[in-house]
Amino acid sequence: MGFLTAGIVRTALEVGLIYSLVALSLFMSFSILNVCDLSTDGCYTLGCAVGAVVTIAGHPLLAIPLAMGAGVCSGFVTATLQTRFGVQSILAGIIVNTGLYTINLAVMGFSSNVSIFGTDTIFSMFGSLSPSDFWHDWSSLILLFVILTLLCLIIRWFLSTRLGLSIRATGDSMAMVRASSINPAVMITAGLCLSNSLTGLAGCLIGQYNKTCDINLGTGMVTVALASLVIGETISGRRRMTLRIFCVVLGSCLYRMIISIALRLNVPTEAFKLVSAVIVCVAIAAPEARKMVGFHARKAAAVYTRRKVVRGGEKDAEN
Amino acid sequence: MLKIEDISKTFHPGTVNEKKALDHLTLELMDGDFCTIVGSNGAGKSTMFNAIAGSFYCDEGYIELDGEDITYVPEHKRSRYIGRLFQDPLMGTAPGMTIEENLAVAYLRSSRFRQGIFSRVSRREKAMFREHLSLLGMGLEDRMSSPVGLLSGGQRQALTLLMATMVTPKLLMLDEHTAALDPGTAAKVLALTDQIIKERHISCLMVTHNMNQALEMGNRTIMMSDGRIVFDVSGSERENMTVGDLLEHFAAGAGRQFNNDRILLSTRQEC
Repeated sequence: MGFLTAGIVRTALEVGLIYSLVALSLFMSFSILNVCDLSTDGCYTLGCAVGAVVTIAGHPLLAIPLAMGAGVCSGFVTATLQTRFGVQSILAGIIVNTGLYTINLAVMGFSSNVSIFGTDTIFSMFGSLSPSDFWHDWSSLILLFVILTLLCLIIRWFLSTRLGLSIRATGDSMAMVRASSINPAVMITAGLCLSNSLTGLAGCLIGQYNKTCDINLGTGMVTVALASLVIGETISGRRRMTLRIFCVVLGSCLYRMIISIALRLNVPTEAFKLVSAVIVCVAIAAPEARKMVGFHARKAAAVYTRRKVVRGGEKDAEN
Repeated sequence: MLKIEDISKTFHPGTVNEKKALDHLTLELMDGDFCTIVGSNGAGKSTMFNAIAGSFYCDEGYIELDGEDITYVPEHKRSRYIGRLFQDPLMGTAPGMTIEENLAVAYLRSSRFRQGIFSRVSRREKAMFREHLSLLGMGLEDRMSSPVGLLSGGQRQALTLLMATMVTPKLLMLDEHTAALDPGTAAKVLALTDQIIKERHISCLMVTHNMNQALEMGNRTIMMSDGRIVFDVSGSERENMTVGDLLEHFAAGAGRQFNNDRILLSTRQEC
């Protein structure tokens, strides 16, 4: 048995793909719209709770649009607070996040845990399409891969439409947007609704994947997603949009792989939050550290050459 | 076409920082007028522009554009008819987006999402952007897909000018838009401004600290001080006016010496 078995890699990729939806959501709000949306944790749990309740009711497919719709509502509230009532974006996110805790409990029927064992999920439905062993093992990953590829293409297309361009411009230059007769408040609202719908979808999928929903599921999610996003943006180097979107997904998968490796190295689960934090720091610091190393190498080389020239000159003078 | 009646604006009322930025200001601009505005720092020139653009609502008074009362119309709706350039060349463009995307956003003013918010920039529009860009004579038409952040200040200001006028505005407001550019580029952008304004017959307000420019460009010059217009000249009186006369008028109108270094310095340079 190798260090990383196929099963471990598969699980890491599956979870990585689901988490990448949250990373894409932050990509929309944080990178594109330049708004710090901290309601991610609560919104993720909301998606999971709504998804779980609808799935238990026997509609695993219907759970997806409903969870996304719940995300849209949450994003709308966050956006309204900051655009209409002048609440600072970070504060607006925290307020919504706090309020969502109660709402999530209410959705789950005021219990902190909901189990969806024994009912169909989209994964079990897709898995039952073929009885073969291969399909049994890989169907979930294939399904997620298809969903993510489609979503990335949709996001790419969306960002090049008139609405998408306006949203990008809002994050890039508010003055220009106002001068172009676009209402920035509407664009921020549209952007946050969209981004939170992705978070809701991620929550729904993770609920059906784990067949459970816990009220504390989302805690720390924003850090994880930010880590994935930063890793992705470091890889893509902020170049072309298509590349950036796919690299966010790649970043999320990479992050899960790192976590899997940490698991294999017997890092205790209690230390995981610290591991996440360190990964975020390393990912953010990496480009800067690389620059610093390059600079010092160049400086050392220059000093060395200069010293040689000076010494050579002195020798010439002695002769 | 632009009618400003008796507008006032006081910032931080009731505090020690209270500042009456606009003091019962009245101004009427005829269709096709190109009016240059001079005045020392703090005279209220930019505040007047902000009032017209709708960055804030006035405490009192009335603003009308082309027969339509815009006193309480929000800024983003006014910008459909009002183009504006700032002194800072970085303000009017989105640095992270390509030239083409910037133009596409600016062009939204014409369509008002009429083709649908999910439609993309068509090939015909792209060709039109290219054509517009080539008029700038800066070679930008071959760099449509490079980010605007890579352009120089002069190129960005020229691009902003293009974006502000691509959909012909009813009113163009230029707030010292060449002040941050080197003399050569400034002259080029200024010539371009003049050309576009004349070709499209756009009414224009231009703030400048250069007295020669104030008299040479346009058909009317006004001078502001303490939130009021203290001097207004056009026609033959203006044609016969020298920079010295203008400075004298200012001293008389404001009741004090003209003590702005930038204006005194800029009277000496030729441009």
